[in-house]
Amino acid sequence: MDVMPYVLAGWLFVVGLYGIVTSRNFVHLIMCLGVLQSSTYVLLLEVGYKAGGTAPIFFDAKPGPTAVDPVVQALTLTDVVVGVTVAAMLMALALQTHKRTGSLDPADARIMAG
Amino acid sequence: MKARTRLALFAIPVVGVAALLLWSFAGLPSFGHYRGPYGNEINAQAVPRRHTTNAVAAVNFDYRGFDTIGEEFILFAAVMGVSALLRLQRQEHKEESPLEHARAHASTEMADSVAVVCMGLVTPFVLLGLYIVVHGHLTPGGGFQGGVILASAFLMVYLAGRYITFRQLSPKGLLDAGEGSGAGGFVLVGFVGMLAGAAFLENVLPLGQSGKVFSAGTLPVINLSVGFEVGAGLLLVMWEFLEQALMVRS
Repeated sequence: MDVMPYVLAGWLFVVGLYGIVTSRNFVHLIMCLGVLQSSTYVLLLEVGYKAGGTAPIFFDAKPGPTAVDPVVQALTLTDVVVGVTVAAMLMALALQTHKRTGSLDPADARIMAG
Repeated sequence: MKARTRLALFAIPVVGVAALLLWSFAGLPSFGHYRGPYGNEINAQAVPRRHTTNAVAAVNFDYRGFDTIGEEFILFAAVMGVSALLRLQRQEHKEESPLEHARAHASTEMADSVAVVCMGLVTPFVLLGLYIVVHGHLTPGGGFQGGVILASAFLMVYLAGRYITFRQLSPKGLLDAGEGSGAGGFVLVGFVGMLAGAAFLENVLPLGQSGKVFSAGTLPVINLSVGFEVGAGLLLVMWEFLEQALMVRS
């Protein structure tokens, strides 16, 4: 049994989390969140994969048992676009923090303490 | 908190999380041996029952259309968040006019070759984006992907060094309206199902012939409205950030 592809997803998750925890810059932090998020895409696509599978597109192919799971692909596809806009919103927050404190370091963002 | 303390506090739970992840992966079906019935079922049903040759689109906009409304409203809320966060602050002011600002910054011109390539790419990008949107139920693509391509077509105008043209081509009011009507259109299609006496978002329009552009019932309509929303939403995000970078001064 082959677990390496799953380990890749786990590694992306942990390495993204490590980046977030040790981040010294909000832009870097948002990018690390993207890495962390991509681990879910990798895992979803892996769960739906079949050895020797084909794309679940039947425009020029007959529907057959070789096509991979379209459900996990649908989940991934919507989240890729949504993830970009959420990252944009976080970037806007980082921009305003930089305007107020003159720094992008999360450690300097005392203003957020209230 | 010091960086080292933070790392130490992180180290202990992360080892636990990694162990739990590995343990759960060991319980997953072996890679490449898909077990679940749902994917196979949808692959078998999408063409005969929904006349949709793209099974992924059938999941997104038909079988689980309700989830996609949720996803779309996350996008909607995020774009509104960007607009709200990047509004003009009390101590800030805008440049008098974009034209004057551009004249004052005329030194930041770019190579003509870049401008020519970028302007030349605008029309192909618009066409490609529209093509991807309207063929979403047939081949890979759809409103989400096509919308992104449409937004990048407009961004090409900016990359060509024509910020003023970019602003004129995408007036903010129109983008707001496009984003709102895109999101609203999806919900309206859902109500069409209810008006026809079926469930919310049920595919009640004529299904047509598989493989044709006018087929798959409500799918092309939803793809169009999603394409509008994603395209306008991303453009709005770019619009706000570019204005922050080029127009707003404190």
